[in-house]
Amino acid sequence: MFGTLRRTILTAAVAALALPALLPLGAVAQERSITVASTTSTEQSGLFGHILPIFTRETGITVRVVALGTGQALDVGRRGDADVVFVHDRAAEQKFVAEGHGGPRHHVMYNDFILVGPASDPAKVAGLRDSTEALRRIAAARAPFVSRGDRSGTHAAELRLWKLAGIDPVEGRGQWYREVGQGMGPALNTAAAQNAYILADRGTWLSFRNRQDLKILVEGDTRLFNQYGVMLVNPQRHPQVKAADGQRFIDWILSPAGQQAIAAYKINGEQLFFPNAAQPEPGA
Amino acid sequence: MHDLSDAVSTALRLVASADPAVVQVVLLSLRVSLTAVAVAALIGLPLGALLAVSRFPGRRPIIVVLNALMGLPPVVAGLLIYLLLSRSGPLGSLGLLFTPAAMVIAQATLITPILAALARQVLEGLWEEYAEQLRSFGAGPWRAVPTLLWDGRFALLTVLLAGFGRASAEVGAVIIVGGNIEGFTRVMTTAIALETSKGDLPLALALGMVLMTIVLAVNALAQGLRDVSARWAG
Repeated sequence: MFGTLRRTILTAAVAALALPALLPLGAVAQERSITVASTTSTEQSGLFGHILPIFTRETGITVRVVALGTGQALDVGRRGDADVVFVHDRAAEQKFVAEGHGGPRHHVMYNDFILVGPASDPAKVAGLRDSTEALRRIAAARAPFVSRGDRSGTHAAELRLWKLAGIDPVEGRGQWYREVGQGMGPALNTAAAQNAYILADRGTWLSFRNRQDLKILVEGDTRLFNQYGVMLVNPQRHPQVKAADGQRFIDWILSPAGQQAIAAYKINGEQLFFPNAAQPEPGA
Repeated sequence: MHDLSDAVSTALRLVASADPAVVQVVLLSLRVSLTAVAVAALIGLPLGALLAVSRFPGRRPIIVVLNALMGLPPVVAGLLIYLLLSRSGPLGSLGLLFTPAAMVIAQATLITPILAALARQVLEGLWEEYAEQLRSFGAGPWRAVPTLLWDGRFALLTVLLAGFGRASAEVGAVIIVGGNIEGFTRVMTTAIALETSKGDLPLALALGMVLMTIVLAVNALAQGLRDVSARWAG
C-alpha cells in the first residue's frame, strides 16, 4: 500500500514544518519586561507607542501594555496579573489602594472628557459650558445617548455627571440611553452609526477616524476633568510582581524625562495629555 | 464603496511594503495557530481514532460531549484559561498569562474537540471497511489506531485545516489570555479588532484581507502537499 521509507520521510517533513512554529514561543520570555494594565484611551490614542520606546531605550525594560477599561485593568492588578496599573478613575483607584492591592497612587497626567454628538444637535447643547445642563437637555429631548456601560474610567465619569445633573438615565435604558458595554472606540463607532450623543475622552477622540457626522459639542467644563494615576501592584500580596522594574517605570513616568515625553505627544499639532505629576490635587 | 476601495489599496500597500509591524503580527498569528493545531492534533486525532475503533460503556456520551464542545464559545474558553493561568489561579506560578503560550493553550483547547469529533467521524467509516481485515492480522483496536490514522491521512488533512481555520479566525479567547500586547501577543484578529476600535475601518478591513489571503495560502499549500503525496504514494 505504501512504503515505510515514504511514511518516515513524510513524517519527518511534517515535523520539520511544525518545529519552527513551536520553538520561538519559549525564546521570547528571556528579555527584561514588565506588564502594565492600562486603559484603551492611553493605548489607542497612541501615547504609549510614543513614550514607551523612550523608556525602553533608557532602561532596557520592555513594557507590555494590556489595554482594558479602568475597572477591568484594576481587576487585572487585583489578581496580580500586572506589575503596574495606569488608569483614570480616582475613586476606584483610591479604593484599590485602600484595599491593599497596590499603591501608593501618583498623579501622572490629565486631559479632559468631551461631549460629542451629531452636528444636527437635536437636543440643542452645542456651545454649552455646563455639561450637566447638556445632559438634562439630552434626557428631555430623549435624544439617543451611547454609554460605555463597561465600568471604565469614562463610564464612571459619565455616571457621576448624570448624578450631578439629577437624572437617572437608566429610565431611558433600551430606548434613548444605550449601554454598549464596550471600549471607547467601539462605543464611538456605535454613536457614529446611530447619530447619538456620547461622552468621550479627548485622546481617543483625536485619534478616532470613523467620526462621520459626530463633532465636539460641549467642552471646557471643569467637571470634565480627566485625571490619570499610576500605582505599583502590591508585591507582598503577589510575589511574582516585578516590583523593582515596575517602580522604575513609575519613577520614570513621574520624572521630568517621562513628563516631557508625555507633553511632547501630539496629534495634528494638538497636545493630548498634560503631565501633572508635580501637582498634589489638581482640578478637584 | 469608498471604504472598500480604501481597504483594497491599503491591503496592497501593506503587502507590497512588507510593513515590519504587520509582518511580525502575521508571523505570530501563524506560529500560534499552527502550534495550536499541532498540539490539538497530538491529542485530538488519537482520541478520535480510539473512539472510532473501541466500544465501551460511556462512549456515546463522550461523543455527544465532544460534538457539543465543537461549539465552545471562544470567549468562555478564554475566560476559563484566564482564570487558570492568572497569578491568582491554580497555574499562576507558570507565568503564562499574557504570553503567546497562553494563546496556544486557548486555541488548542478550542480546536481539540473539533479535531477529535471530526476524526472520529472520518475514521469510523474507514474502520467499518477495514475492521475485518485488520482483525484477521490479529490487530486489536489499539493496534489499529496508527494504521487508521495513516490510512485516513488525506481526510484528516481536511480535519486539520478546519481546526486551523477556527484557530486563526478566533479573537474572543486570544484577546483575553494574550492581552493584545503590541509586539508580543498581537495577532491578526486582535489587530483587526483594535483597528476597528480606533475607527480605522479601511485598515481593519485591509488586515482582514491579508489574513484571508494567508489562510487561503495555507489551504492551497496543504492541498498541494496532499496531491503530491497522493500521487507519490499511489
